[in-house]
Amino acid sequence: MTPELGDVPGTTPNSFSGVVEGASVLVCCGSGGVGKTTTAAVIGLEAARRGRRVVVVTIDPARRLADALGLADGLTGEPQRVPVDDSSVGGELWAMMLDTPAMFERVVRANAPDAAQADRIVENRFYRNLAGALSGTQEYMASEALHELHGDERFDLVVVDTPPSRNALDFLEAPGVLTRFLEHKAFKLLMMPTRTGLRVLTVATQPILKAIGRVVGSDVLADAVAFFQAFAGMDVGFRQRAEAVTALLRADTTRFILVASPQRDTLTEAGWFANQLAGQGFSVHATVINRLHPRFGEGSVADAASRAATATERGKFELAAVWNNLAELRTIADAERAELAALLEQVADSTVVEVPLLPSDVHDVVALDVLAQHLFA
Amino acid sequence: MSNVNPLADLTSSNLVIVAGKGGVGKTTVTAVLARAAADAGQRVLVIELDGKEALAELLPDLDVRSISAAESLEEYLVEHGFKRTARRLVSTGVIDVIGTAAPGIDDLVVLGKIKQLERSNEWDLILVDGPAAGHAIKFLTSASGLLDAVRSGPVHDQAKDVLELLRDPQRCGVLLVTLPEATPVNELIETLAALDERVGVRLASVVVNQVDLGDPLPDPDEIDFGRARVQIEDAIAAAAFRRAHLAVQAAELARLTTEVQLQQIHLSARPVAGLSGDDIETLAKQLVR
Repeated sequence: MTPELGDVPGTTPNSFSGVVEGASVLVCCGSGGVGKTTTAAVIGLEAARRGRRVVVVTIDPARRLADALGLADGLTGEPQRVPVDDSSVGGELWAMMLDTPAMFERVVRANAPDAAQADRIVENRFYRNLAGALSGTQEYMASEALHELHGDERFDLVVVDTPPSRNALDFLEAPGVLTRFLEHKAFKLLMMPTRTGLRVLTVATQPILKAIGRVVGSDVLADAVAFFQAFAGMDVGFRQRAEAVTALLRADTTRFILVASPQRDTLTEAGWFANQLAGQGFSVHATVINRLHPRFGEGSVADAASRAATATERGKFELAAVWNNLAELRTIADAERAELAALLEQVADSTVVEVPLLPSDVHDVVALDVLAQHLFA
Repeated sequence: MSNVNPLADLTSSNLVIVAGKGGVGKTTVTAVLARAAADAGQRVLVIELDGKEALAELLPDLDVRSISAAESLEEYLVEHGFKRTARRLVSTGVIDVIGTAAPGIDDLVVLGKIKQLERSNEWDLILVDGPAAGHAIKFLTSASGLLDAVRSGPVHDQAKDVLELLRDPQRCGVLLVTLPEATPVNELIETLAALDERVGVRLASVVVNQVDLGDPLPDPDEIDFGRARVQIEDAIAAAAFRRAHLAVQAAELARLTTEVQLQQIHLSARPVAGLSGDDIETLAKQLVR
């Protein structure tokens, strides 16, 4: 699909198959609405058919995707085996949905010195807000899930669909998000040693806290203070864990797949993503351009339009409509191609795969198969 | 059903929040509606929330403002006795802690700012290019959530005022954007149910973006191509593709009509991959046609 790269599809490391074959972790990134989740599922399905033991983690899967994969009850926070028609080569496909609060609780329990401290944390209202609302928590838990699944012997390939974000760095920086939060000046403010040397603080001892308490409510603030106190001493474990996840993201066998679709705004965002990745020393291994309008032959728009005009002159209106349609679809295809040019130049070092727009939404295995054929052509 | 005086329904509220999943074209729809209302002589203010500059480019002659949570919170703190420390509180990130302690406060201060603008009566219509994806529900439920969590004080009062705004159909409405495809239609139905149940805001029209408004195509197998030989197969394949696409679209629009009892506004798919200010003008004309 990318003659300018001189790719020979199939076995070369530069082919899409090659990118997948050499990977133990695949991170699909891109803005919302470009078909990222579907792409992750298709990669998982095809890799399983080729003998890999794959787990796909999706963030917010559309119900129809679970249906398409044949999971009648939808996806859960635990990996579920997905039936793959051809498992003669020993491949397996598993799929799960990121359960952010459950994952967060596992991480807290793994780091807490004892169950009582873990309980104190997970029962704290501030913690529950944090698990649900801190910007970056979802990204952070996605990266934690990735690390956990990577270490799970059931799987040899983890495909992760990143949360929709305008900022690629949200995911890459996610492992450090909690440690940064805990190292926060505000944390220090809350934990400031008192005169008696105890790292204990009541709202009443700090005028600024008192003032904040007047705005947000003092019980709300008391929860925050209790949370930070319960977390004291756990930051070392969190930092080590964050370093391990970051190392995994930087490993040779972790590969980034940028997913885009040919609209101007999503292409701009994809270009921005690619820049941010490059700025952090990550490279985009493959670029998937989803939902390209097919062009229907090499003929020109003008040619189709003139045939439509001739047919109209002769009163053959149905024929004219058919030629006009060809002209319109070619116009769209050409416009998309023009929009794509800048991004393709920017990601010229990656393997570019183009996937055509299908007439209907992807909602069954047949459609997933069609997409797989294009991706792994 | 479709395209019945869409502006009248829209402008029956002072404030219209445009919401929908990422990728459905919320920003485009906001721009088209703003253009159409401005062309009809209304004083229009457009608000963008996440710092995208797209709207100012698409509507160079209209009043476009960007509102950020950080700035709104700083302003809020200044107004509530933190005059000297507000900037430092925000820059040191105490704001993150406050935001976590009282989730939704970042959204609430933004809505509070919008409420101020609405109250100023400087504009006939304020259009908000709403937050993306599932964030719309969180954004709109911030006030009711905080009203429960914070029992007194300025946040409580602010939440009460914002809730009053959201629940007054004269003052506020939510307009949802979708595409004529299965997944976006499903998501629209889910969002509507959640908004209805949890916010109680007036639901204005549904805008279906990127609708193929082309006439139905004849079956290419029954067409006499005359003496033409070249490219016939391309034309046949293109017609089959378009027919399949139109059939899927018709099915999804029918499902939307059955399941959602709101006026639908259809915006056509433009044969370009990106939109310019001129395209917005064309779509706006089409809207009021």
